[in-house]
Amino acid sequence: MVNLFSTVTKYLCILFIVLYSYCNFRILSLRREENARTLCGLQFQIILLIHLLFSAVILLKTEDPMLLLFYFAQLAFFLIYRFLFRRIYRNVNQLLLNNVCLFLCYGFIMLERLNLNKSLKQYVIAVAASFLSLLIPFLIDKIWDLAKYRLYFAGIGIFFLLLVFGIGVTSYGARMSLSIGGFSFQLSELVKISFVLSLSGFLYQARRFREILPAAAIAGAHILILVLCKDLGSALIFFLSFLVMLYIATNRSAYLFLGGIAMSFAAVLSYFLFQHVRTRFFAWKDPWADMSDRGYQITQSLFAIGTGGFFGLGLFQGLPNKIPIVEKDFIISAISEEMGAVTAICLTLLCLGCFMQMMMIATYMEFSFYKLAAVGLAMQYIAQVFLTIGGAVKFIPSTGVTLPFVSYGGSSLIASFFVFSLIQALYIIQGNEDEAEEEGEERESCERGGAAAFFQKAMRGQEMAAGTGKSDYGKESALSDYEDFDEEGEEDFEEEEGIGPEAEKRDLSGKEGRKKGGRNGR
Amino acid sequence: MEDKERKRSNSGILKMIYFFSLLFFCMIGYMIYFIGWQAPDLMGSPYNSRMEVFDRRFIRGAILSSDGQVLARTETEGDTEKRVYPYGSLFAHSVGYSTKGKTGLEAAANFYLMESNINPLRQLFRELTDRKSPGDNVVTTLDTGLQKAASDALGERAGAVICMEPSTGKILAMVSYPGFDPNSIREDWEELTDEKNVSGNLVNRATQGLYPPGSTFKTLIALEYFREHPTDWQDFRFQCKGAYVDEEDPKYVVHCYNGEVHGKEDLKSAYANSCNSAFAKLGTELDRERLRGLADSLLFNQDLPIQILSSRSRFKIDGSSGTWTMMQSAIGQGETMMSPLHSLLITSAIANGGVLHEPVLIQEVESADGHSVKSFGSGEERRLLSESEAEELKQFMRAVVSEGTASKLKSKSYEACGKTGSAEYQSRGKSKTDAWFTGFAPMQDPKLAVCVLVEDGETGGRTAAPIAKAVFDYWINR
Repeated sequence: MVNLFSTVTKYLCILFIVLYSYCNFRILSLRREENARTLCGLQFQIILLIHLLFSAVILLKTEDPMLLLFYFAQLAFFLIYRFLFRRIYRNVNQLLLNNVCLFLCYGFIMLERLNLNKSLKQYVIAVAASFLSLLIPFLIDKIWDLAKYRLYFAGIGIFFLLLVFGIGVTSYGARMSLSIGGFSFQLSELVKISFVLSLSGFLYQARRFREILPAAAIAGAHILILVLCKDLGSALIFFLSFLVMLYIATNRSAYLFLGGIAMSFAAVLSYFLFQHVRTRFFAWKDPWADMSDRGYQITQSLFAIGTGGFFGLGLFQGLPNKIPIVEKDFIISAISEEMGAVTAICLTLLCLGCFMQMMMIATYMEFSFYKLAAVGLAMQYIAQVFLTIGGAVKFIPSTGVTLPFVSYGGSSLIASFFVFSLIQALYIIQGNEDEAEEEGEERESCERGGAAAFFQKAMRGQEMAAGTGKSDYGKESALSDYEDFDEEGEEDFEEEEGIGPEAEKRDLSGKEGRKKGGRNGR
Repeated sequence: MEDKERKRSNSGILKMIYFFSLLFFCMIGYMIYFIGWQAPDLMGSPYNSRMEVFDRRFIRGAILSSDGQVLARTETEGDTEKRVYPYGSLFAHSVGYSTKGKTGLEAAANFYLMESNINPLRQLFRELTDRKSPGDNVVTTLDTGLQKAASDALGERAGAVICMEPSTGKILAMVSYPGFDPNSIREDWEELTDEKNVSGNLVNRATQGLYPPGSTFKTLIALEYFREHPTDWQDFRFQCKGAYVDEEDPKYVVHCYNGEVHGKEDLKSAYANSCNSAFAKLGTELDRERLRGLADSLLFNQDLPIQILSSRSRFKIDGSSGTWTMMQSAIGQGETMMSPLHSLLITSAIANGGVLHEPVLIQEVESADGHSVKSFGSGEERRLLSESEAEELKQFMRAVVSEGTASKLKSKSYEACGKTGSAEYQSRGKSKTDAWFTGFAPMQDPKLAVCVLVEDGETGGRTAAPIAKAVFDYWINR
């Protein structure tokens, strides 16, 4: 009977995650806020359903009543976290919020199945980090001009990294973490954020070559220390984010080109300098030649993925614990083995979706410091996802980085929460500003005496009372003549891929179009 | 101005999105390719402990011969399952066993045998009622009739016979003697692995046995000579006096077999007579580096493309090799070692106009209710030598049968081609000879390539060639 339930759950959850992913990309392409909102609600229900089904399987398989308690604790966390975020910040990006919950859900379930203790730890850290990160949008709003602290960010980052270099603990050939009182901290995870903020501060006004030198020096210092620590995965992520930020700030693709060449040289050099790079390269090139030693980890990961196939073996039916450090670097292999490669592929696509959403938020930022910051953080995120999933499926040599929100690891989890809250902060603040702007404009049009505009404003008031939200749809339903303009604006918007300074220049309705695009996060 | 800049930086952002989307789709494409196409061949590995998980869900499928006979099947009685091999030791090495670990096809096709493609509803129903589903059946390329003919021809002599269809790469028979009975491997295990047992019953001599190739290696020397003398190799002349003495160092002497004197020869007749003197002289003249390159391109020093366990053949000549080493190597003695499978692959490429079809052992996977799950066509193609080189070597190998050392293969019903070899080696102070024959027939439209190796035989022509003849006779006159 348990087997039956487990099998049915397996297929149902695959169906659900596919549906969820469909919603995700549908939302990214939707223009109407209202429809997007309905879909976001549906997404969250899917998360709860997947969570319920998998938790039930775990409960039935382990027959440990304490896990029932743990299930409710997790459920409470999802509900409260989402509720609070939406309650405190009206203009929160629901898509990112949902994705965080989904990734956490898969992380919790998989860790619970792999190692109960670790999942409990992960849960506690998630709760603490999430509530701490709730403050971030508030703080950013208060301080706003973070750019002037750029030197402090650089200083803190370099200091932390030096600390790790000086007194850090070595594991798997790289010096990556500090150990204090039994807890180990992977400081480079947090330094990623200060790194991006500092570089944005130096780059956002840089136009000439001379002006980018300080940023380059700071980036160089970070990366150099990371290389000295032999933490090459992080060094690569830092370098990539620097490169793309530089490109976006200066609009010169020559930097990308030069950076690419530099990276190739560095890769070849590191191959000759570092033993563990060579090992991993060989393990990638032909893991089957040495399955018992060098290729052990990667072949175990491939066995997990290959044996699991597209639909997985079902929870507790595979042997994911055979993969060394499965709960960190190879969590995606464990998911693929037991929940199916379809699930793993959906999660990969969802990570890509998050990246798209973050980049879209970057296009939507008016203050170019934050635009750069969003680009930098998004780049780090996607690079990390690519390195970990690509490594697990042998698309690229494995580098030993974690999958944000899914993998086990306190530092990674905390940093991921901070990054996503920072992006949320930018979205929320920009949204609030746009709203204020619109209100000003609407007041004008009201004075010009449009009864329709008055009606629209009344609608808005209602919405706000209901505490749900956003601004631009009252008009769509109430004003037929505005509707036409709206469509036009949207078309413009589409041509310019959601950028639309021209649309902004046109008229009210054109501007609306841009806004909506941005809001829905195209 | 600012708007313009913003627009430009936003288009940069868009490019990044496109770039990473593309990258991710490549990665996902790779994942799908890996799971759908690569995984089935890799998952059967003994390092993959996950396969045992399937034991709880599926009844292991059967292994069938290409002519529909059952070579291995699982019989269930109540809760106990037993793997039965109706042909006993006949297919011991190719089909293998799955009771003490897994070998042969039991290992190579493990993934398919432990997967069930019966009607999904039926499967679900069985799952619900806690019954195992029957695994898929694997149809091999092996033919019971040919296997039996080869086994009978070899008799009770230690050695191997392996047969392949040159135009497809299908392995039709694979015999290794002495063998074992896979039905009772568990009971016999102690005895088979006992230190005192030196007969190596568990070794598949056809793929894992390494032997000095003897005169069969002259094919490579002749080929290298073609390549170094593309226009004037036909002008090669040699006066055989029964031995060749190195001009610089008279210590180095190579004798023809039994001290036979072959007289005046060109390259073809020297090959047909298997004249050691002529080839030893050739060996001293050839470019060492190029010869090594040729050997490597003919699959020496690398894993052979086959799904079951095989050994790498060894060829160690390099730029620094001395005259004596070259004289020895040219006649297939010295450090060179080769497996019968490897010899068969080179022969098969010659038979097939220079193109090797990599060997295949699995023809089809069928579900338990009989529909085809996956079909395997011919083995992947790989060109080992040019068409004209293959044609010349065919003529050479024909001469071996019509006027040379393999005269035992003369037949009225088909024209066979081949090369014999008699490799001497020292075993416990005694000099022994491994007898080789590798060849194909019929000459114009090769249907079968065969490699025979008999340990401690007389000569290739006398011991191995008749075995090959019996196999050809059976297959071509069938």
